Amino acid sequence: MSNKIRVATTSLAGCFGCHMSFLDIDERMLQLAQVVEFDRSPITDIEHCTNCDIGLIEGGVCNSENVHVLREFRKNCKILVAVGACAINGGLPAMRNFIPLEDCLREAYFDGIGVENAQVPNDPELPLLLDKVHPIHEVVKIDYFLPGCPPSADVFWKFLTDLIEGREPSLPYELVHYD
Amino acid sequence: MKQFIQDLVTKNHYKSTHLLQVLRDVQTRYHFIPEGAITQLTELLNVPRTQIIGVIEFYSFLHLHRQGHYELLISDSITDHMLGKHELMAYLSEKLNVGIGKVREDGLVSLDNTSCSGMCDQGPAGLVNGHALTRLDKSKIDTIAELINQEKPLDEWPTELFAVADNIYKPDLLLNSQFTPGAAIKAVFERGIDATLAQINESGLRGRGGAGFKTAMKWQFCKEEASDQHYVICNADEGEPGTFKDRILLNSYADQVFEGMTVCATIIGATEGYLYLRGEYLHLHEPLLAVLQQRRDAGLLGKNILGQNFDFDIHIHLGAGAYICGEESALIESLEGKAGIPRNRPPYPVTSGYMNKPTVVNNVETFMAAANIAINGGAWFANIGTEKSKGTKILSICGDCAKPGIYEYPFGTTVREILKDCQAEDVFGIQIGGPSGLFISNQELDRKLAFEDLATGGSFIIFNNTRNVLDIVYNFTHFFAHESCGFCTPCRVGTSLLKKQLDKIHDGHGSAGDIVALEELCQLVKNNSHCGLGQTAANPILTTLERYPDLYENQLKNISYEPGFDLDGSLATARRMANRNDAAAHLEQIEDELATHGTTSPGAQA
Ligand SMILES: Cc1cc2nc3c(=O)[nH]c(=O)nc-3n(C[C@H](O)[C@H](O)[C@H](O)COP(=O)(O)O)c2cc1C
Ligand code: SF4
Ligand code: SF4
Repeated sequence: MSNKIRVATTSLAGCFGCHMSFLDIDERMLQLAQVVEFDRSPITDIEHCTNCDIGLIEGGVCNSENVHVLREFRKNCKILVAVGACAINGGLPAMRNFIPLEDCLREAYFDGIGVENAQVPNDPELPLLLDKVHPIHEVVKIDYFLPGCPPSADVFWKFLTDLIEGREPSLPYELVHYD
Repeated sequence: MKQFIQDLVTKNHYKSTHLLQVLRDVQTRYHFIPEGAITQLTELLNVPRTQIIGVIEFYSFLHLHRQGHYELLISDSITDHMLGKHELMAYLSEKLNVGIGKVREDGLVSLDNTSCSGMCDQGPAGLVNGHALTRLDKSKIDTIAELINQEKPLDEWPTELFAVADNIYKPDLLLNSQFTPGAAIKAVFERGIDATLAQINESGLRGRGGAGFKTAMKWQFCKEEASDQHYVICNADEGEPGTFKDRILLNSYADQVFEGMTVCATIIGATEGYLYLRGEYLHLHEPLLAVLQQRRDAGLLGKNILGQNFDFDIHIHLGAGAYICGEESALIESLEGKAGIPRNRPPYPVTSGYMNKPTVVNNVETFMAAANIAINGGAWFANIGTEKSKGTKILSICGDCAKPGIYEYPFGTTVREILKDCQAEDVFGIQIGGPSGLFISNQELDRKLAFEDLATGGSFIIFNNTRNVLDIVYNFTHFFAHESCGFCTPCRVGTSLLKKQLDKIHDGHGSAGDIVALEELCQLVKNNSHCGLGQTAANPILTTLERYPDLYENQLKNISYEPGFDLDGSLATARRMANRNDAAAHLEQIEDELATHGTTSPGAQA
């Protein structure tokens, strides 16, 4: 195995906006690629994590699959990072927490306009929804949190370069104020 | 309804500041605020519809949805729990066939919890349509259930259900004073206004509501503020769980309290004053109105008081179930008919308070002390107490002791002495000053009642060795999360996070990093909140964690992490609706167990 730092990323209940923002580091990606190797990630299409140094998680936990993926990351990543508002707070998907899951499913699969053949899909391959959307730190231990919706490319860059160069990551005020 | 609302508004002189009072009456009559009432009030009071809805949603005694014809609320104070509230609530719920937080299908009765109703020495307590119920037990609940099912009007209920006792066990300087109504006002006019303020200054009197600001200084600042009107407000919100001494003062010493307000009015030049009475003390409303009328009849209130060409009158406003309205600027907002959200300070109320005029806000006990000082002089008071805490303090003592009730002590008295008087045995610890104060252990009994050591607004809750500290902190932390007014994020979100994180440990889901995470959260809420509520909301956790770290750590599991909620349970609804029960339709609570079962992600298999 090479000496490169291994990074895995995934999106749970997120919109991929955080991943897009990560890609906005643009040409710095080449610089990063010199020291970093990507493991499981939408960028690589690797399906399962192997031992990694850093895991970046976008999105909260809304279903059973999210729980399994998150646990796989926790088991394999030395440092696990909650990226963006959804991972940290549940974010937009957590808006459904104010509506009972039963009502959500009824609206989607029984009572909604244009529903035919009303039933909740029950293929065992489909993950089941949790009754609430949870921030990821409520399911596994998280080491760092990157705020923002999404965190800017500079936040990713600052955070990763700090870690890679062996510094305790810190985000200056300019990177985390939003007004 | 139209006529009812019209009459109500007329009675309230079309004043928008009376919105909360009007809404209280609508709630009493209809058991919710009907849509039609909101529309009508929008026009009559010229208040935006959204603001009216905002006020209804803010106060826990007002409802947008219909409550039962009998609205039953049971007090959720820790002392009520210690007296068996939990089982009683279950019994009540079963007996009346109504869920907690629900309205029975026939609409006759609704049942819910409410924050401490101030009857800690005679709990378990509750409220029915706002009227206090005390010393509840199964037989009383049987009676109540029957009365409700027979639809008996409240005024036909047996009076012993509503009996509220004073329970004064140790009177001292103030509670023993012989008082003739009018004596303090006469003393002011004889001695002169400035000389009276000088006496109050000399007495060293500090506010009894908790913060301990020097009373004479507050009055002086207000007096010096040039304005066409000044106001005097008596803070009788008494929402701090475990505090009930103001209830006794208003029940048996109301003349002295009103007289203290009148003395203040002469000094600062006010012609109007308000008593802000917490909604839970509705039973005191009529009697207090009667005392005010007596005082008017005796020439001690109203126009030309004692022939001295001085006008002053007092009105009573009722709260509607919001602890935050005890904070003085939130109280003022509430008096103005709005939601009780604390203002930015400065400006302080002494410069810009009620209706943005200079206003003195003092606690009930402060006014009572001031009235007596006006009569007896500053030295009479200052001779007692310690260097920085003069006079006496009236305590509401409750919890594990043989004689819960009211005790008055000179400042400087030790906790040990107090525990002896109220016959507390096998003491584990004491919550001083209510949940926002501090928890002391049985190793600290020589500490003293004083602003320089143990400051308290009057709450003194005793716990014996059978009590579990985490249960106590659980109750207090939930209280703050419930009472946060929601204005600022560190407190609105922070108190809920504190509750969640504490529950996790309390319920046995905690692991290695959870106490550190809890502590960090405490500091965040404490240091970043807008007002005293948020700034003190973490005190129950901080003061017990400091004293009993072991009791917290014993709760932790010896694993690196466990979710604080039931993972598999939270799939139950989806499982049922999708009609599944295969292996992939379940989750293990702890990760390592999962590995041995070899479940993999169904998504990944696809
Ligand atoms: C959340 C909160 C609740 C309060 N509740 C009360 C109360 O119920 N009664 C009271 O007198 N003061 C209460 N206070 C203190 C008041 O803001 C104010 O300091 C006090 O009424 C001033 O009167 P004093 O100087 O006579 O103590 C509370 C403060 C906070 C922050
Ligand atoms: S934080 Fe924002 S950008 Fe990131 S996944 Fe959530 S919604 Fe998308
Ligand atoms: S600290 Fe809490 S109670 Fe005070 S203003 Fe903020 S949200 Fe409201």
